[in-house]
Amino acid sequence: MAKHVLRVVAVVYVLFLLVLPVALIVWRTFGDGLAPFAEALTSPSALHAFTVTLTVAGWAVLANTVFGVGAALLLVRHEFPGKRLLGAFIDLPMAVSPVVVGLALILVYGRFSPLGGLLESWGIQVIFSTPGMVLATVFVSLPLVVRAVVPVLEELGDEQEQAAHTLGASRLQSFVRITLPGIRWALGYGVVLCLARSLGEYGAVAVVSGRLVDQTQTLTLFVEERFQNFDQPAAFAAATALALIAVVTLLFTKLLRPKDRSDGN
Amino acid sequence: MAIEVRDVNKSFGTTPVLHDVSLDVAAGSLTALLGPSGGGKSTLLRVIAGLERPDTGTVRISGVDATRLSPQRRNVGFVFQHYAAFKHLTVFRNVAFGLEIRKRPKDEIRKRVMELLELVHLEKLADRYPSQLSGGQRQRMALARALAVEPQVLLLDEPFGALDAQVRKELRTWLRRLHDEVHVTTVFVTHDQEEAIEVADTIVVLAGGEVVQAGSPGEVYDNPANPFVMRFLGPVTEIGGSLVRPHDIEISPDPVEGGSPAVVSRVVRLGFEVRVEVEIGGHEAWVQVTREQADRLGLGPGDTVHLRPAPGARSLVLAL
Repeated sequence: MAKHVLRVVAVVYVLFLLVLPVALIVWRTFGDGLAPFAEALTSPSALHAFTVTLTVAGWAVLANTVFGVGAALLLVRHEFPGKRLLGAFIDLPMAVSPVVVGLALILVYGRFSPLGGLLESWGIQVIFSTPGMVLATVFVSLPLVVRAVVPVLEELGDEQEQAAHTLGASRLQSFVRITLPGIRWALGYGVVLCLARSLGEYGAVAVVSGRLVDQTQTLTLFVEERFQNFDQPAAFAAATALALIAVVTLLFTKLLRPKDRSDGN
Repeated sequence: MAIEVRDVNKSFGTTPVLHDVSLDVAAGSLTALLGPSGGGKSTLLRVIAGLERPDTGTVRISGVDATRLSPQRRNVGFVFQHYAAFKHLTVFRNVAFGLEIRKRPKDEIRKRVMELLELVHLEKLADRYPSQLSGGQRQRMALARALAVEPQVLLLDEPFGALDAQVRKELRTWLRRLHDEVHVTTVFVTHDQEEAIEVADTIVVLAGGEVVQAGSPGEVYDNPANPFVMRFLGPVTEIGGSLVRPHDIEISPDPVEGGSPAVVSRVVRLGFEVRVEVEIGGHEAWVQVTREQADRLGLGPGDTVHLRPAPGARSLVLAL
């Protein structure tokens, strides 16, 4: 009996929280068929928002992949003063609200800050431009690759790398031939998660981008702006597109996850 | 000398692990580093391989000072206790690894790897992954992988430590035969004195981070440098203030010259040997006799016997 009650509670909870809203969005999007959907998404503003989102997410994923693997290696393979502090800092973006991140970035890189002013005098505009949005996205999705890779790296141990060294491999060779294949599934999982997070980021990017339509507007900002301007078809179309991308990335992580354990078979 | 280690000291943090260790390994020999765990033997092996850097002292390999060389440049083969198999590569690619790094031609690699796989009896499993092999097979693969690069010395760190007793014994015999075929200078670490005696032609006993004794298995067994080595190399018992091997004791029902009286407390039959446990001068001791001897004496608990070391027996007087 208790089992049935629990099941009903779980189903109702998920229904009202997740299934109903998403289903409604999809229904509203495709209510008038595919044509309005396609039209809304191919408007110049929407296409531009897509481009901005992909550019920002692409750079952020690249940066976090390189940093993530490096930081994971540092945390697992090396002892150094401040190691625990680094570990704590990496988890910080999980706890800090993205809006705070955005404001903090403006404080550091804004036109009227010393660093921002200096960069501006060199012709590099960070805030209200792509670099700032990439920074904000990198910050909020920082822990994902590191935290996916660290446990696998720990389990992998360093004996295989040592064996590679005694067989004549340089550090780079042993990294490319031994370490990287050993963590590839975890890395793939982390990268996909990071991509999903980057595509969906709103708060921090909203603050640092200045929400300039057709300039610094990402897809999430586009959804919000269209909705505020009573252009619901465009807002829903873009929202559905974002949701679809999320579902696809989620499916990717499902594909990647089980292989962690049966690596190499 | 294939390997010359001179005055090596090594500490991990404040814990000293090796203390003034010097060691010579003759070219083509099969040497065992024997000692209790924590004695520093694995660390010494890793220092030779370059996986640990000594605090002071030098390591020469084939006459070349290798102290500052990275493992990559030492041309040593290293076999780990837990195999360190490259899990994402097939058996073939595992063995080929060192040759691929050296950018040898494909045909040469194929030929050499298949030769080695035949040598370690894995030629039929070349396309398997390590996870599809048994522990013994993985270790033989690791050995073939280490041998592939034609190392100047082959180093094995407790190579059979993770295997069950039966496979261990098989691999031991096999390692000895392999060495007789390949003749590469080999050093292996073990805490199993039987393994060391059976396989090695030189035994180096390490304890407390120091070399306690080095010599042939016979020398170390028969002329132990101190009570520790004697105890470590085989069974011992104490009679009349001396350490004696239990099979080196004469036991008789009548008083004998130089003998001491003892009272039998228990007689344990262990198949081909019989263990006679006695009390002698307030101590517990035991004597190993053959079954035939035991039957002839007809011993039972409470009987009084007389014990003395057999003529020519090695014994060590214990400091009181």
